[in-house]
Amino acid sequence: MGLVISFWILAVVGILAALGVVFLRNVFRAALSLILCFLMVAGLYITLSADFLAAVQILVYVGAISVLIILAIMMTREVQQGSPTNRLQIPAFIVAILFLEVLVLTLINTPWQITSAPPLAPTTAALATKLFGEGGFILPVEIAAVLLLSAILGAIVLAREK
Amino acid sequence: MTLGLTHYLILSAILFSIGLYGVLSKRNAVIILMCIELMLNAVNITLVAFSRYVVPMLLTGQVFAIFVIVVAAAEVAVGLAIILAIYRGFEDIDVTKINLLKW
Repeated sequence: MGLVISFWILAVVGILAALGVVFLRNVFRAALSLILCFLMVAGLYITLSADFLAAVQILVYVGAISVLIILAIMMTREVQQGSPTNRLQIPAFIVAILFLEVLVLTLINTPWQITSAPPLAPTTAALATKLFGEGGFILPVEIAAVLLLSAILGAIVLAREK
Repeated sequence: MTLGLTHYLILSAILFSIGLYGVLSKRNAVIILMCIELMLNAVNITLVAFSRYVVPMLLTGQVFAIFVIVVAAAEVAVGLAIILAIYRGFEDIDVTKINLLKW
């Protein structure tokens, strides 16, 4: 019962925060709203008994990515006049609504293969075995490391003063 | 009432659609990047929900979500660096005015 209540609170606040990202006129407030949405998603991971992912979500999104976004907002502050929309606002709205409708209809009408098995908890050790263990995902982990290194180097090269 | 897979999937569909609307309709490049992050988060919710309700002992969805987070972090770092570089050259980050590549 507590799980259901917390899901609904997290879902409603998360959707309102996401709407705030899109509809708030002030860019900085939109970024704060995005951080609230990230926090709600971390809570949703906890309701899905993904404890490690919730911690990663808070560390990476709430900690790092939001700081980067706020930094970018502050460095480009002189040119920003709020958060204007382009000419495609109404077509974009219609496309988003139609996309949502198609998605929801498909989701409701698909017979998912749901098991009633209880979730694994805590997940950290099991995830580590999955990632680094025998027959696991060690090659993607290495590739992810290379990707992060190249992304950091690329960001430094792009953002450096000439 | 109980929580099911469909609740999480519909929630993430709503979040994804909000992000899609923002990406298509905004002019500020930073806002567009924020909306892309919103869409990636929605996809992550879907992956974790499938992992919880379809294969709860395998955790493959959570592993995939970790890789999505890694790629999202790389993407946001490079994206914001590109936005700063454009800002230096153009003194503007309005994507409707950045049309050097437009034919």
